[in-house]
Amino acid sequence: MSSSASARAVTAAEPPMPGLPIKLRTENVGMAFLRDDKTLPVLENINLEVGNGEFVCLLGPSGCGKSTLLSAMAGFLRPTSGAILIDGEIVRGADPRRIFVFQERGVFPWLTVEGNIGFGLRKLPAKERAERVGHYIQMVGLEGFEKSYPHELSGGMKQRVEVARALAVNPDVMFLDEPFGALDSITRMVMRIELLRIWQAERKTILFVTHDIDEAVQLADRVVVMSARPGRIQQIVSIDIPHPRDISSPRYLELRDGILSQIGLAHRL
Amino acid sequence: MKSHTWLKPAIFILVLLGVWQLVVFLHPQQLLPGPWKTALGIVDLFPRGLIVKYIVASVFRVTWGFSLAVLVAVPLGLVVGWYRRAEMALNPILQILRPISPLAWIPIAILWFGVGDLAAIFLIFVGCFLPMLLTVINAVQSVPAVYINAGRNFGLGPVPLMRKILFPAIIPRLMTGLRITLGIAWLVVVAAEMIAVNSGLGFLIVDARNAGNRYDLVVAGMVIIGVVGLLLDNWVRSLERSHALCWGFEEKQ
Repeated sequence: MSSSASARAVTAAEPPMPGLPIKLRTENVGMAFLRDDKTLPVLENINLEVGNGEFVCLLGPSGCGKSTLLSAMAGFLRPTSGAILIDGEIVRGADPRRIFVFQERGVFPWLTVEGNIGFGLRKLPAKERAERVGHYIQMVGLEGFEKSYPHELSGGMKQRVEVARALAVNPDVMFLDEPFGALDSITRMVMRIELLRIWQAERKTILFVTHDIDEAVQLADRVVVMSARPGRIQQIVSIDIPHPRDISSPRYLELRDGILSQIGLAHRL
Repeated sequence: MKSHTWLKPAIFILVLLGVWQLVVFLHPQQLLPGPWKTALGIVDLFPRGLIVKYIVASVFRVTWGFSLAVLVAVPLGLVVGWYRRAEMALNPILQILRPISPLAWIPIAILWFGVGDLAAIFLIFVGCFLPMLLTVINAVQSVPAVYINAGRNFGLGPVPLMRKILFPAIIPRLMTGLRITLGIAWLVVVAAEMIAVNSGLGFLIVDARNAGNRYDLVVAGMVIIGVVGLLLDNWVRSLERSHALCWGFEEKQ
């Protein structure tokens, strides 16, 4: 078991899409948590390079450490070993240039839609701030809800507020941690389309954690398939289908089924 | 439909008043005045303006003692709740002070401030401060990490984080804490006025007994204390429902 695992483990950093300058790099990142006086390895040997403007999905079963990896990239957690570099600098903490969109709703319930989206724009003059907020409210289709509080919105609308709040500070990198996991399947599809539209307009570097294979193949330039306990990079799959993607095309199904069998699942129920 | 919400309690209170009157009527040798005599006692307080004077005096002391306690306890609670080490350092002393009744401070209050408003205000402050502080510390420690991480992500340092994230995040619990603490303040003021001052509703009760066993005025004072306390509680409840403060309460519905 261990020999086959180490044979599969990727030791050299996986290069990003050809032609893109490197935005984010992890060097032998390992994470271990202390639980009941035992060290529990969560991540091992994570080597990854993400290009500027690239859309990368981290895919794996629950508990494979993909959210932990994302939190470490965002600067909320320190890796136990190795280093995470963004623009060549080691990540030492959270930074407004790299915004995290939370799995649990991170929208502030005490602020209106406007207040939430403008939250990161405290230092701008009021007029400019109002313009920016207006622009992103329009972009995520929340016109008419400027003065609404989060409890008056649906789950999908709240998630759009969070995405808009992140975009409003014009970050270089966005980290999204299963952002659409709690939405119904129709809203989820709509949100994916909107996220792709925004990404194509703004070209942020996006790291997107999901356990949904279809979601990963629909969205990503590259899918990083992770194995569990401790989390390792199992395989990196380039999705070479141009947007908008035909999700019933043979290539789509081929890539999806490839990942399915990589994870060890047959594509028949 | 709306009238029903107060109709039932009103009828119940009338029934209780009737029972009270009946019991007093059947046992006239007991010293407790009936509702009718109590009502006359309240009326008795009107002509000299005493009722207004005493209520204002008590509310004045509660306002000062309570406000000072809140103004000190909320910022302190935010800091102590946020810095784990500060909480660890402070917690033992808080736990020792907590079971000491504010009334135990009466001699010290008189020693420091003499007989007067300041002593009463100090006692109310002492009674309100710890419950308020513990409420805030507790509330800060249960703010979801996701809000704190989001705040940090947008570049907030410790002070802005407290102002823009922790403070709004604890408001629902803070409102509940304010209501409970205001109740404590109202309890303490009556006791303080029995000893440390010569005006207010607590003084009215002691004075009525000392100056000729006017038990009708004693019970009248108790009734007024209850009614004013109820009004104060309703006032804080209405704050809970106000839009800017209510986010947590509406979300639960």
